[in-house]
Amino acid sequence: MACRLIQALALLLCLSWSATTLAAIEVREFDSPVQKQRYDSLNGSLRCPKCENQAIGDSESPIAGDMRERVYQLLQDGRSDIEIQNYMTERFGDFVLYNPRLTGRTWLLWGLPAALVLLGAIIIGFIVRTRRRASNHALSAAERERLDALVNRERTQ
Amino acid sequence: MKRRLFLLIPLVLFVVLAVFLYRGLALDPSARDSSLLGQPFPSFTLSTLEDPERQVDESLLKGETTLVNVWGEWCPTCKQEMPQLLALEKRGIRLVGVDYKDTREMGHEFLEKFGNPFEVNVFDPEGALGFDLGVYGAPETFLVDADGIIRYHHTGYIRPEDIEQTIVPEVEKWRAD
Repeated sequence: MACRLIQALALLLCLSWSATTLAAIEVREFDSPVQKQRYDSLNGSLRCPKCENQAIGDSESPIAGDMRERVYQLLQDGRSDIEIQNYMTERFGDFVLYNPRLTGRTWLLWGLPAALVLLGAIIIGFIVRTRRRASNHALSAAERERLDALVNRERTQ
Repeated sequence: MKRRLFLLIPLVLFVVLAVFLYRGLALDPSARDSSLLGQPFPSFTLSTLEDPERQVDESLLKGETTLVNVWGEWCPTCKQEMPQLLALEKRGIRLVGVDYKDTREMGHEFLEKFGNPFEVNVFDPEGALGFDLGVYGAPETFLVDADGIIRYHHTGYIRPEDIEQTIVPEVEKWRAD
């Protein structure tokens, strides 16, 4: 059993190692460390259109390689990150953005978490208020008399 | 009684969520509309597969409603798709091929083996035109109207039943306009 586990772990390690070395085979020269950083973050923010759920920086699919190459060229041309993302969505659609933009179709996606937090706050406020009101409620003279009577009856029994 | 009704809220939420997710199960995760619908066909200048000396550009697609099919010899589904494309050509539809990420020899071999329904084939060895079309696999088919505007996009394999169900109706729809 333990042997199986070690085998599986070793396999996993090999797979992750081969994936990182594969990405490292592409040799690219950057003008500055900042440009390299932008290249990496763009590769992480763009989704491979062919793969089910992988950033182009993680994928071995041919189209992901083409897209990395294009990101690199556009960076060399001095384009901004937004321009590069627009360039990709013009061709491959909003699908390639991991963070979809706020548009008519995506407001629900962005707005729902905030709306749910707000709803939760309103419900909590409502519960707190009703509880507080109930505990503040003082006994009337008649109720106090009745309470005393009940407590006394219990004691005498 | 009124308070009791509040107890139904979780059930209502559950039903709404269940219906929403159930509908999602039937969706095809790889199907999505091309972002080029309603846009002009991207500009390009490439040679043809038939004649390396002949340069063509996007004006090739103007004047007649055309189906542009992106294929490659390396693509097994493209081979299965050829009988359907040949049938579409027989129906009098103009087809233009894009030989995507291929070599000339392989491209010629493919057409000899599986037939050639294309009026002309644009040779795109680097996948440059494919990239501008947002192609991420082959086959993909674009319907371009007489003004050179992309009107319909079919991702992947055209099944025999797709000819009558979608392709021919779409061609006729955009021919009429």
